[in-house]
Amino acid sequence: MAAIPADLAPTNTPTWPTSVDGCRVPFEVFTSPAYYAREQAAIFQGPVWCFVGLECELPTPGDFKSTFIGDTPVIVTRDADGGVNVLQNRCAHRGALVCREPRGNAKHLECVYHQWAYDLRGKLQSVPFRRGIRGNGGMPECFNLADHGLDALRVETLNGLVFASFSTTVEPLRDYLGSLVVQSIERLFNRPITVLGDQRQYVHGNWKLYAENTRDPYHASLLHLFHNTFGLYRSSQTGACKMDTSHRHTLLYAKAGTSDAKADSAVYKDSRSLNTAFTLQDPSLLAGRQEFDDGVTLVILSVFPNLVVQQIANTLAVRHIVPQGAGAFELVWTHFGYADDDADMQRIRLKQSNLIGPAGFVAMEDGEAVEIVQRAVLRATGKHSYIAMGGGRAEDAEHLVTESAIVGFWESYRTLLGIVALQS
Amino acid sequence: MADVLNFTTLSAVELQHHVEYLLARYVHCIDDDELERLPDFFTDDCVYQVIARENADRNLPLAAIYCASKGMLCDRITALRHANIYERHRYRHVVSSVLVTGITTSSAHVKSNYVVYRTRTNGVSELFNAGTYLDTIVVDGRLLFKEKRAIFDTNRIDTLLVTPI
Repeated sequence: MAAIPADLAPTNTPTWPTSVDGCRVPFEVFTSPAYYAREQAAIFQGPVWCFVGLECELPTPGDFKSTFIGDTPVIVTRDADGGVNVLQNRCAHRGALVCREPRGNAKHLECVYHQWAYDLRGKLQSVPFRRGIRGNGGMPECFNLADHGLDALRVETLNGLVFASFSTTVEPLRDYLGSLVVQSIERLFNRPITVLGDQRQYVHGNWKLYAENTRDPYHASLLHLFHNTFGLYRSSQTGACKMDTSHRHTLLYAKAGTSDAKADSAVYKDSRSLNTAFTLQDPSLLAGRQEFDDGVTLVILSVFPNLVVQQIANTLAVRHIVPQGAGAFELVWTHFGYADDDADMQRIRLKQSNLIGPAGFVAMEDGEAVEIVQRAVLRATGKHSYIAMGGGRAEDAEHLVTESAIVGFWESYRTLLGIVALQS
Repeated sequence: MADVLNFTTLSAVELQHHVEYLLARYVHCIDDDELERLPDFFTDDCVYQVIARENADRNLPLAAIYCASKGMLCDRITALRHANIYERHRYRHVVSSVLVTGITTSSAHVKSNYVVYRTRTNGVSELFNAGTYLDTIVVDGRLLFKEKRAIFDTNRIDTLLVTPI
C-alpha cells in the first residue's frame, strides 16, 4: 500500500490489483475528491501536453479564447507577431479572472478589478495610480512591471492544433504524442480547416469515464444502435485499436462496408443491437464522399489527457474534455471542415453533423453511459471494474473486439499519480 | 380557415390567433409525446434547426439538430424511438412573447420565446433549454412551418438532447 500517494490516504487507500485475467480499477477513482485534486496537479499541471484549441480559432492578432486546462482557467492569445500564447487567466495582483469572455479580439488584456493591463503575451503593461495621486499612495519604489506578468505556459502547435503545458520538463510535443498520433493528426489536418461551430455538453460523471469510453471499441456497436442499424460501424468491420509506445494515447479506426450484412446477423444474434429493418426516409443524411485514400471511415484518436480527435464518415471534430470536479465534466465539440470545401461538401458535413455531439445519433449515448456508471459507483468502496475484453492487457489489436486501450490509459494514469498496482 | 387564408387580409388579432394556435399545438404535440405527428407541422422542404446562440451569433452553421427536409425530421423521430438510448423524460414547453415580425400574402415570420423544462425519472423538473423560435410559417391547406429555428441561449446541453425542442 505504500505506493499510494500520501494525499490520497483519506480515501481508504483503494487497491489496484493486477492479475492475469484482466485489469481492475477501484471505483473510488471516479468519485474521490482526493484523486481529483491529485489529478489536477500530477496530470493536468504535470508532465503532459494539454489541448487548448485550434489555431484557426485565432486567425488575427489580438484574437483570444478563454478555456481550461483541467479545471484551471487559461487564455489562448494571438499576439501582434502572430505567435500563439497560453496564459493563466489569473491577475498577478489579487488573482481575479482577467479574461471574462469566451472569445474576442483585444489589443491588451485588462483586469476589471483594478485595471492592471497585460499585453497578449502576458507582460504587465500598466498599473493605475502606480505613482500615487498627489503624493499619496502608489506602488513601492522597487515595484517592477516585468516581475508581475500573467503566468505563461509552454506552447507548441502541430498542424493547427494548439497544446500547452505547465511542465518545464515534459518532452517536446511531437515526442510526447509519438508517431502514431502525429501521423493521425497529419492525416486529418492535412490542409487548412474552417470551424463550423461549437457544441457544449455537460456530463454528470467523472472525466476518466469518458477517457475510457473513447478508448473502447467494444461498446460502440452495442450502445450506439444507430451505428449498427445503418452500418456506420460494426465490430465486425475491418479496423484496429493501436496505442503509442507509452499506451497513453489511442487510435481506433474502422472501414465501413467491410463487413457482411448476412454474417453480421450471426455475429449480433445475442444482442439487441442489430436491426436492419429501418431505412432513412431522407438518405441524404448519410450520403457522403470518400475523403481519404486509405478507406478509413471512422477514426477516434484519444490524446492523453484531454483531447479526442474524430472522423466519423465526413464529420470532423475535436472534443476538448474539461473536468469540473470529480462528478462532472464539460465536453466541448468543435466541428470543422476544410477551407477548400465546396458548397456541396459543406452541406454533407452539416447534415452528417446530426451524427455527433450532444444530440448526435451515434454520440448522445456516451453522456448517458458515463452517468449511469457515476450514479452506480458512488459508494462502491473496495469494489473494482473488470476490464478484460481482448485479453485485458495493453496491447494493440488488429480488430475492434477489445478493451486493451483502456488498460493502457490506466497504466499511464497510475504512472503519473505514482500508484503501483498490486500483484495478486 | 385554411384554404383561402391570406395573411395580408387578416386582422392583426386574427393573425396573432392563428400563429399562437399553431405554436400551441406544436408544443403540446411534443409535451404529450406524440412525436410521430410532429413532422406534420412542417412542409416537405422544411428546415428545422436547433442551434446554439454562440454559433448563430457568429454566423457559424453548426446546429445540434439540423433537418433539411420533413424526411430528416421523420428519421429523427424513428431514431429516438428505435435506436437511441437515453433516460426516459418529459418536456414542458412554455412559449411567450409571440411576435409577428413580417408577413407576405403566403408567409409570416414569427419570433417567440421558449423555455423547456425537462423531467427525468428522478422526478426533478429542470430548466433544460431556453431560447427563441424564429419561424417562417406558410399556408398549404393549413398553417405549416417552412422554417423553424430554435436558437438556444443554454449553450451547454445537459447530458444529451434527443427530443426536439
